[in-house]
Parts: sequence; C-alpha cells; structure tokens
Amino acid sequence: MANEPETPVAASAAEPAVPSLVDRYFTRWYKADVKGKPCEEHCILQHSNRICVITLAGSHPVLQSGKAIKSISYQISTNCSGLQNKVSGKFKWGAQILTELAPLCKIYCSDGEEYTISSCVRGQLMEVNENILHKPSILQEKPSTEGYIAVVLPKFEESKSITEGLLTQKQYEEVMVKCINATTATS
Amino acid sequence: MDNLSQNGEGKVSIIEDGSIASKNSNLNVCNVCLGILQDFCEKEFIKKVCQKVEASGFEFTNLVLSISFPPQLSVREHAAWLLVKQEMGKQSLSLGRNDTVQLKEAYKWITHPLFSEELGVPIDGKSLFEVSVVFAHPETVEDCHFLRAICPDCFKPAKNKQSVFTRMAVMKALNKIKEEDFRKQFPCPPNSPKAVCSVVEIECAHGAVFVAGRYNKYSRNLPQTPWIIDGERKLDSSVEELISDHLLTVFKADSFNFSSSGREDVDVRTLGNGRPFAIELVNPHRVHFTSQEIKELQQKINNSSNKIQVRDLQLVTREAIGHMKEGEEEKTKTYSALIWTNKAIQRKDIEFLDDIKDLKIDQKTPLRVLHRRPLAVRTRIIHSMETHYVDEHHFRLSLKTQAGTYIKEFVHGDFGRTKPNICSLMDVTADILELDVESVDVDWPPALDD
Repeated sequence: MANEPETPVAASAAEPAVPSLVDRYFTRWYKADVKGKPCEEHCILQHSNRICVITLAGSHPVLQSGKAIKSISYQISTNCSGLQNKVSGKFKWGAQILTELAPLCKIYCSDGEEYTISSCVRGQLMEVNENILHKPSILQEKPSTEGYIAVVLPKFEESKSITEGLLTQKQYEEVMVKCINATTATS
Repeated sequence: MDNLSQNGEGKVSIIEDGSIASKNSNLNVCNVCLGILQDFCEKEFIKKVCQKVEASGFEFTNLVLSISFPPQLSVREHAAWLLVKQEMGKQSLSLGRNDTVQLKEAYKWITHPLFSEELGVPIDGKSLFEVSVVFAHPETVEDCHFLRAICPDCFKPAKNKQSVFTRMAVMKALNKIKEEDFRKQFPCPPNSPKAVCSVVEIECAHGAVFVAGRYNKYSRNLPQTPWIIDGERKLDSSVEELISDHLLTVFKADSFNFSSSGREDVDVRTLGNGRPFAIELVNPHRVHFTSQEIKELQQKINNSSNKIQVRDLQLVTREAIGHMKEGEEEKTKTYSALIWTNKAIQRKDIEFLDDIKDLKIDQKTPLRVLHRRPLAVRTRIIHSMETHYVDEHHFRLSLKTQAGTYIKEFVHGDFGRTKPNICSLMDVTADILELDVESVDVDWPPALDD
C-alpha cells in the first residue's frame, strides 16, 4: 500500500521528477567497509513494512565500468546455498537465519577478482535473486531493482534497530567524498 | 413414593428469598425439581421475565426460549427415574427412558404458552431472537461431584475457569454409570433442599442479520479498514466505517463484521458498478425494515460522504454471503492504470499490447505485502489490454485480469519478481502513477432499481 498521497506527474520527464519505485517505498541504508574491505559498499533498501532488499551500492567495484562478471554463485559452503532456502507459511518457517556478516553470494569477475556480498542485516532469508544467476549483466544494469541480491525479513521487534549500524544516504555521501579526497590526495 | 411428593406434611422449611423466588413459605421444596415446577411455572414469574425482555429494547416477532437448569437436577431426575423403574418392576411393568417426561420438556410445555401470551408472539425453535433463563441451586452443587470419581474422563478441565461439572458432562456420566454404583453414592430418593432454585441470568440476544450492497470509492486516501499503528490512527476513517457506522446505529447492533469481494489499496479508486460487500450486524436490536427504509438508509450513507457511495443496499441471508466470496477467486476484474515510462514512447510502441490475449504471468508475493503473506509464486492471467497514448512518457492502460492479480507489480515488475511485466514487455522502466478499479465482475448482490 502506498504510504504517501499521489506523486505529481511531470508532463515529459525522463529523469526523476517522478520519484521512482525505490524512492516511494524504500529508505536507502549503506554499509561500508564490509568485512574490512574498503569500497565494497552495500546498499540496503528497507521498505516501510521493514523488509530489506540487499543490493550493491553504486560505488561497489563490480558496478564500475570495465568490470565484467564471469559468474555468480549462491553456494556459500558445501551445505549452504541461498538457492535451497525454502520458506513456508505466513511466519516464514524454514528460512535461513542470517547475521549481519552472513555471506549471501560470491561474484566472480573475468579479471580474476572475487567479491563476497554479505547480508548486512539480521533476519530471515526470504529469497536470493535467481535472475542474476542466469543473466549477471542485470546486476550491473539495474543494481537497485532487478539486479538485487537477496530479500531479508528482520524480526518485527528489530525493525528499527537493525539499521543502527548502517549509514544514511547523507552519511554515505559524506564518506564517499572523504574516500575520493583521500584517494586523490595519495595518487 | 411419598418422599417424591411436593407436600410434605407437617414440615416447615425456611426458604431463602431471591429477587424472583417463592412466596409460599409453607411449601417444601421438591427434592427432584428443586422448586422449578413449584414456583417458576406461575404467571407471576413469567411476567417478571417478560418485563425484562421488553425492557431490553429488542424488536422481535417470535422467540426461542433457552432454559438452563442446574446440572445436579439431572442427577436428581436420574435418581427419581431409577426409583420409579424399581417400583414398576415390582409390579412386573417395565419403564423405558422415553416413558417419562423430562423435566425440561414439562417445563416448556407449561411455560411456552404463558410466555407466548404475555409477549404476544409465538415460540419458534428457528427464531433468531433468543431469551435465555439460567437457574442455579448453589446449595446442592456438590450433588454432582461423586460422578467424577466414577467416570473421571467425562470431566475434563474446562477451557475457561468455569466448573467442570457442566450439564453435558453430567449427562454423559449418568449414561455411563451403572445403576448399583449410582445408588451406592447418591441417595434415592434424594435429600430435600432448604431453598428453591434462583434465577441467575435472564439474557436476550438476537442472531446476526446481514446487509449487502456495492460500494464505489472515490478517494485516493482512504483505507478499506481502519489504519492504526501502535494505537495511533494513520489515516482518517475507512471504507468499512463510513458504511457500517450508519448501519450500526440504525440496527442498534453491538458490533459489525465487514467483508467484501476482494479489496483495493488506499490510493486506488473503485469506479463502475462498485465492489460487492456484506456487513454482519451482531446482536441487532432492530431488524425489520421496509425496502423504502433501506433505500433511505442508503441515501443517508451517500449524503454523509463523497469519498464512498453505496448502491443496491439490501438485507440478505447468511447463505447468500457465499456468492460474494465465490467471486473473489473465480471472477474477473477490469482496471485502468496511468503509466509512466523513462524512455520516450510513440503510439506504435504501445500498440502491440492491445493484441496480447490471455497473457500468463508469474507473480512472486509482492515485497510490499511479503511481511504478512506467505512467500509463493502465483500464476495469473491478463485476459486483455487496451492502451491510450497520453504523451511521450505516459499512457493509460486498461486491463481485464483474473481475480487476485497484483496490477501495480505487473506494471513496475516488483524488482523483476513479476514476470513478464510491462517493463519487460516494452523494454523500458515503467511505473504506475494511478490505478482505478473499473469493474468487479461479480453479479451479486442483485441489482435494485434505485
């Protein structure tokens, strides 16, 4: 259900004078320095109903131009794969319980680099995105929507507290500016 | 047999005075009926009950009487039956269970005509209006307890903290217990009590009545049901309150239950013939309305708000509600959506949508409801579509779909979790700006000439 009244219609806007689907329903939170790795920022989209969609932030290396993805795998260990996550009923029985540092998937790039994407929030794993398995380019083309990594349902009691360790959009932008300045300073 | 008679000679008992109790202090209290056939079959008593019924403010044209005796009365009845059976046996006569008249039956034989005359309406077992009278006899409450030792499985602990010795449980045990065991534990004939029964409850209640109709919703800021989070109301009013509050008042009901054939989001309008709904009015005090009065009630609802309008308002039976819920799964709905696209489009870019018939789509539970619905994939059919070009970044889409289709997700794709969707079909990023329900194709309730 929309939690805002109707959005204004711009007569011929290609750019967001119309707030996007993400703008309308989600709040963007960021996790930088995931597992101590600089620049591998994750962006968590939290819906007003508390559900979190785990995505890559624009600054993530995988999303930089020139990077080609070879393959994506949800097989974290021999017995653990996001693809095997089976959830049933209204209370989502059977879902894998994730901690903030739980790995969700591995991205293998053609240049040999390997990136692990983490959950960043605690909760039940609802699903991993199978669409990017079949067509990894979607992850790069539409990282904030169709290229999402996974959907996590936090506990009701933790709806607000799970974002305590995360950065707001504003804080993220400030961190990025600092990061860029630091890089340019040293180069 | 003398012990069973109502007039014990020379015995004077002191009888406690309840609000509705015996006035004759010389009468012994019967050790079988505990005074029910003595004091509570008189016109005086009936009149007092009827006064309460009339004071309760219910409108009724018939009634059903529900009488509740103390459970220990069944024990005493059983004792009396065993004794009579024994006496008749001595004369080589047999006595079956059905040869005796149950106390409750006798009581109803006597009192039904009296109630009927006093209230001016017939007694009808199928009546929705129930008058219940509950008797108790605290003095002999322990009469039943011996049964638990003999038949413990008849007396399971009750869900509420009420006594485990319910009438049902006692009857069950009496059917099981052997005659010898009963006679060992319970005096035959039973002891005489000091006081008669007292009436602990006289209640009136009317079975629910149902009102159906169709509603239109013209506001993009109105939820179906009250939207309250942490005790705080997020949006003023709701569809159900705007319709039901008036009914609650007029029918003088305690509460209502609102249901409809599907429902729409807060920001979606319902146009056309509207959406079928049914309202259950619980314990209504007023139930008889002419069709003219119902029409006026409909007018009243329509005059009180421009956010919703109702039509075809009518009284219906409980069974008829089934028709409405049938519609939810099987029938089709038509919608009109205003769609925005990121890429500039021309008329030719949307024309192909008009030719797509019976498109199968797979919808994972939308993210916006996933917190309260199971995760599943639902296959739905978009029967047909019709496009209307607006400008380079907008067009209107009319769709006819299977019931249960999430339209918004079909347009924006819900992160690719509804496939195919307008984005994938047109290879654009699309979003839905406005949605209207144009029709809910259920032909119930019957249309009325307004």
